[in-house]
Amino acid sequence: MKKQGLVEFRWHGRGGQGAKTACLLLADAAFAAGKYVQGFPEYGPERMGAPITAYNRISDTRCSVHCNIEEPDYVVVVDETLLESVDVTRGLQAEGAVIINTPKAPGEIRRKLRGWKGRVCTIDARKISEETLGKNFPNSPMLSAAVKVSGVLEEAQFMSDMEESFSHKFANKPQVVAGNMDALRRSWQEVQE
Amino acid sequence: MNYNDRLSGNEAIAFAMKQIDPDVMAAFPITPSTEIPQYFAQYVANGEVNTEYVPVESEHSSMSACIGAQAAGARAVTATSSAGLALMYEMMYVASSSRLPITLACVNRALTGPININNDHSDSMGIRDAGWIQIYAENNQEAYDNFLQAMPIGEHPDVRLPVMICQDGFITSHALENITLLDTESVKAFVGEYNPENYLLKKENPLAIGPYDLGCHYMEHKIQQAESMKFAKERILEVAAEFEKISGRKYGLFEEYQMEDAEVALVLIGSSAGTAKAAVEELREQGVKAGLIKIRVFRPFPAEEIAEALKNVKAVAIMDKAESFSAQGGPLFAEVRSALYDLESRPKAVGYVYGLGGRDITPQHFQGVYGRLLDIAKGGDLGPVYTHLGQRG
Repeated sequence: MKKQGLVEFRWHGRGGQGAKTACLLLADAAFAAGKYVQGFPEYGPERMGAPITAYNRISDTRCSVHCNIEEPDYVVVVDETLLESVDVTRGLQAEGAVIINTPKAPGEIRRKLRGWKGRVCTIDARKISEETLGKNFPNSPMLSAAVKVSGVLEEAQFMSDMEESFSHKFANKPQVVAGNMDALRRSWQEVQE
Repeated sequence: MNYNDRLSGNEAIAFAMKQIDPDVMAAFPITPSTEIPQYFAQYVANGEVNTEYVPVESEHSSMSACIGAQAAGARAVTATSSAGLALMYEMMYVASSSRLPITLACVNRALTGPININNDHSDSMGIRDAGWIQIYAENNQEAYDNFLQAMPIGEHPDVRLPVMICQDGFITSHALENITLLDTESVKAFVGEYNPENYLLKKENPLAIGPYDLGCHYMEHKIQQAESMKFAKERILEVAAEFEKISGRKYGLFEEYQMEDAEVALVLIGSSAGTAKAAVEELREQGVKAGLIKIRVFRPFPAEEIAEALKNVKAVAIMDKAESFSAQGGPLFAEVRSALYDLESRPKAVGYVYGLGGRDITPQHFQGVYGRLLDIAKGGDLGPVYTHLGQRG
């Protein structure tokens, strides 16, 4: 039985793509909104390109549970090619959603989801990040899509907290802040369901 | 003034070290503790602390450097994990028998082999008899709070023992969570200065440290060490009471969770205790009188207090995150079962070894253990007292 008010996320990505960073940024943003948070990666062999998993718990009271998340409310897939090898919707709550980084429409990608019947959301995070940041850093657009789809944080506060967070994180390269903020805003607009 | 932040367990320890501003840090990086010296080195490079940072070539050397520094009258800290702690083994005994209150942040990780970088308690349990005080944390908050209490405990003239502050590798060391921090002024006032009355560099009273100890005195020195470890229990509680005054957070030798009327209980250490609390909450909602004891202080071991806390329980499971290959259970099981021996009427006790090499453990696992305890409490068969939990079927 799940604790009331607890929202759980599972991130699937590949080493080097920033899934762990996105997971920690979500924890940061939820903390800024006054929530209790956990953000933690599942560590295995650390290799570029190998599948990695990261998790978030967000709730109104401190969460004492410290195990991996087997039955998440939301699953975020940072790399579409993982759908071939990882059962990403395993344990996903029926009323939850999977958010996938792909240029494809939700209807088109659904058939790769091994019978998943629930919500499917897609976002072309690669295109957005290449156009806003000049490189394929999908984590900011994926974070924004995850927040919007889950409704776990309110838009205006999320955007302003992230701007502050980026300004702090990129104190030495302020030009990156605007690009990341563009990526967040565009993803918020463009995520499809 | 307390203030809220979010930090990983490693960040929390590095920040505690920064607030304390020790004289010396000597360290060699090893996963998952690597971030502690890494963050601290940044504080040193930024001039935010006055610490002499000694990057050494091995953990044997980091502990040796800490011993040298502390013997000279300085306050020394280090951090390590797993094989790094194992490599310190020889010097750990030198530190404790020389009565040097060094503070070590241990980020618990399995020992090789097979090669594994994930969490269990094999490293610190393997070194439990080295004469160090051992204090364990459930989460980042407790790791931070325990680290701040280490020096007032270890440096007390009637203790003078090194202290190991343990937390679960990755599970808490790399998890970002909410934390309440103290302001640096309060930390400095609480931790105080290290002023040993005798030390190597005191020219008015030159002394030798670490000389050969013949059979005619070695045993007396070991008994003094053992007596200090006994006294440490009292000191740990005094320091906890002082800490509560500035933080509002209460600590003891162990935490009793829903134990007032508990009929079945777990005893365990570290982050999994938090996971087990979720199982307790659910069982309580179903009317089951379940409770748990989370060990905070493993050395000195709070035997009488544990026996008192468990005396009315019908069945207890004692859970080790380390396999000691005794062929009859882990180290915590041995300690707790022994502590129960003097009770007039004892609970039935079983031991589990779980979570080795990062094997995940969930509230459902703990539900299963409580289910077995309820059967035993009703007079069911005790079954094997030494089993494993969470392995592949």
